[in-house]
Amino acid sequence: MDLLPHAAHERLDLSFLEKLGKGISIMTLQVMTPINHETNANAPVKVEVKNLEVYYGKFRALAGISMPVYENQITAIIGPSGCGKSTLLRCFNRMNDLTSNSKVNGELILDDQNIYAPGVDVVDIRRRVGMVFQRPNPFPKSIYDNVTYGPKLYGIRRRSDLDEIVERSLKAAALWDEVKDKLGQSALSLSGGQQQRLCIARALAVEPEVILMDEPASALDPISTLRIEDLMHDLTKDYTIIIVTHNMQQAARVSDYTAMMMIDSQRAGQLIEYDRTTTIFTSPKNKQTEDYVTGRFG
Amino acid sequence: MTSFQQMIAKNQTTLGTRRKMVNALMLTVTGLLTLLVLALLFWIVGYVLLRGMKAINLSFITQPPRPLGVAGGGVLHAIEGTIVITVLAALFAIPPGILAAFYAARNPNTPLGIALRFSTDVLSGIPSIVIGLFAYAILVKPMGHYSGLAGGAALAILMLPIILRTTEEMLKLVPHDLYEGSLALGAAEWKTSLSVIFPAALDGIVTGFLLAIARAAGETAPLLFTTLGNERYDIKGIISNGIVQHQSFLMIIGRIVNQPVDSLPLTLWKYAQQPYPERIDQSWAVALVLMIFVLLMNIIARLWIYFRMRRMKG
Amino acid sequence: MHTRNNISSEPKFLRRLRDFFQHGDRPWRVLLILMSLLLLVMILAIGWLLWRESAGSRIQFGLGFLTPTLNANWDPVNDRFQAWPFIYGTLLTSLAAMLLALPLSLGIAIFLSELCPERLRQPLNSLIELLAAIPSVVYGLWGIFVFLPVVVAPFGQVLADTIGRIPGLGLLFMGPMPESGSSRLGAALILTIMIIPTITAITRDVLLAIPSHQREASMAMGATRWETIWKVLLPFGLSGILGAVIIGLGRALGETMAVTMVIGNSIEGSPSLLRPGYTMSSVIANEFAEAVTKLHTQVLIEVGLVLFFITLLLNIIARLLVWSVARKTPQDVRA
Repeated sequence: MDLLPHAAHERLDLSFLEKLGKGISIMTLQVMTPINHETNANAPVKVEVKNLEVYYGKFRALAGISMPVYENQITAIIGPSGCGKSTLLRCFNRMNDLTSNSKVNGELILDDQNIYAPGVDVVDIRRRVGMVFQRPNPFPKSIYDNVTYGPKLYGIRRRSDLDEIVERSLKAAALWDEVKDKLGQSALSLSGGQQQRLCIARALAVEPEVILMDEPASALDPISTLRIEDLMHDLTKDYTIIIVTHNMQQAARVSDYTAMMMIDSQRAGQLIEYDRTTTIFTSPKNKQTEDYVTGRFG
Repeated sequence: MTSFQQMIAKNQTTLGTRRKMVNALMLTVTGLLTLLVLALLFWIVGYVLLRGMKAINLSFITQPPRPLGVAGGGVLHAIEGTIVITVLAALFAIPPGILAAFYAARNPNTPLGIALRFSTDVLSGIPSIVIGLFAYAILVKPMGHYSGLAGGAALAILMLPIILRTTEEMLKLVPHDLYEGSLALGAAEWKTSLSVIFPAALDGIVTGFLLAIARAAGETAPLLFTTLGNERYDIKGIISNGIVQHQSFLMIIGRIVNQPVDSLPLTLWKYAQQPYPERIDQSWAVALVLMIFVLLMNIIARLWIYFRMRRMKG
Repeated sequence: MHTRNNISSEPKFLRRLRDFFQHGDRPWRVLLILMSLLLLVMILAIGWLLWRESAGSRIQFGLGFLTPTLNANWDPVNDRFQAWPFIYGTLLTSLAAMLLALPLSLGIAIFLSELCPERLRQPLNSLIELLAAIPSVVYGLWGIFVFLPVVVAPFGQVLADTIGRIPGLGLLFMGPMPESGSSRLGAALILTIMIIPTITAITRDVLLAIPSHQREASMAMGATRWETIWKVLLPFGLSGILGAVIIGLGRALGETMAVTMVIGNSIEGSPSLLRPGYTMSSVIANEFAEAVTKLHTQVLIEVGLVLFFITLLLNIIARLLVWSVARKTPQDVRA
């Protein structure tokens, strides 16, 4: 079975290895690390999370979290379900504000601006930090109108400008060739994988700097999943990507850095380890991390 | 290729503030509109309250009307009439409403179930005066005279959709385990429905009933040519008369329902059109009585449902 | 060893009877189905009966009964009837009420579903719905003695003095405004208040039914709350909102008592909103009980028939529209 579609010259047949069972799982994971995407050890920090805490009413959902997110890299947040991954992700674009009685302490610094400082322009933050959701959620409009939704909000009116943006975004989302002749058709006529790529194109149309992905492929079939993962690699050229996934293999395949989260004794999510993906999956420092990535639980 | 950043850099700040201003403005407008409509509600209720209070006293509720020019008098005849018609309407509407609701709740996806829900919705949209015409054609004309019976029938048709809808919703809320548990013990479906499901949904069904009564009690149009109105309606008189003349129970009931009957809304309508100040005052008093009754029924029903939902959730 | 039951000694027909009844379930199910059919049949029965009882009038006057005319006859003594003034009055007041109620109801529904704090939502919902519970006659009474003199008369006069002067559109706003304020405008405004709760409730439900991921998709791109509502939610729920408005229109068309008390009950030929008018339901309410001739009665029933058909048609269209929004969530993903 081909697990690394982008590494044409490095195809490995892992089915034999998988049959050997969990005992050599760490070794297996070692060969699964991505090959042609270089983890840049000297990348600057794009977003810095400092002692971030989230409360829903009296309930503490996130314990103080601190971690850096490096520019043009893919950072994965993994952990068992319910450990606060999505909550953490939604802090990056202040989507948690939409939940009533939510409260955030701590800082989240994008470039050099704390997005939780009072008086910050939330609308602009959300443009700079885009989001792709678990289930594709295109608007029931045409493909063209879905992609131009964001740019139009910013006053871009000229047809030629909009056409340009649509083509650029759809190409970046690897969807252009499939839909270029039917831009006027309803977005709902696309398949699930295509709809998700449309949502990515839609997010790209407003030229964000960071892209958040909340389990972007969990609702998709394996082939669509791999296409999305390919896409993620291409996107790192221009964007910083943070992805939440419950699929460890995906995290291992795709990301440069991994943050491992678990819930503590008061059911608040906490960060128990953060490191280069290769390290997390081959020689994790924390016992809980090791148990999780080797599949002993979760 | 102009970059997006360049494109928006030009009008970023002005557009940004404009978008925010529009946002704030429109959201405020919706809040203001809500306040406006609430203010209307309070205006109407408040005015009726204040104006009606002046003419209301105990004799108003307990006395039949006096001739014009003579002080005092009340609307006892209308109150009695309203009660009689509403009871009749309830008797006509409740059995079919509840039984059909059982069907709709149990079989929501059959053709008959879908047709039933659809036609109930459509039925509730038919003007009440048209329903009155129907009752006229079906009861008044063949019987040859106006009667409380015909008025009750007209109101029953108005009550049916409300009773059916609420009962159906409440039946669906009963946990499925209850139903299955009863069947598993060997009880027949009809027994399960009547002895297990129905009591469990009963208080919700009663709220539907209250809402339907509130609607029926306030209706005028269908009564204009079914019950017509009757200032000399006097139940006590009918009953005592009947006893004196040794009439059977059925005959007395017949006398009560089978003649023109008055009702509170009808009385309001009539008095409001008369050029006498005391009648106008009395119509405000009737409005007050009606409004309090209807609002009370509604508030009680809603509070009941609210607390019931709270109990079920937690 | 099992005990013998006496099945073999039971007469066959008794056993068949018992099977037929299925422990009482079959009669029960039959009863339920009968009751359901009763309701279905009710609408058809109403239509059929109205049709039958108006036969004489329909045959005598034909379609000319309904056609627009500036000098309508309505003469019970001489058996000359034309229904146009009532049709016009009903349509004008109801359409005006619908147009006025639409923005108000939309605004309130948006507030209740998107902006209102969670705790306030239920109480506010209930308060708005209480507006619908007030009996029509009470609205009428308040209308005659409070609303007309305080709001409608002055406002109408202002309209007559401003829009009434514009050629073309001014025809609809020609004064003079009656002193009492009894006018189609008064009826339209009272109807507006009466149908707002209906339209608001359905629109609010339509908005609440829209999946929250649509809102999230929009807000995550940096849209403001209002932009999300205006550009995503309203288009999404459009058919449902349209249905709500049509249901409101249907309510307005059938409204009788409040309208009769404030509209002035006159068949003068002016098309203006500011003059007294008459509606289909009002003429039936005012004249039916006192109609002497058989023809007069039949004519009034025919008016009722027209009203029945219009509201029936609108209701069916509206309900179909409202149901269609529930099915319009983005498709589930397929490979």
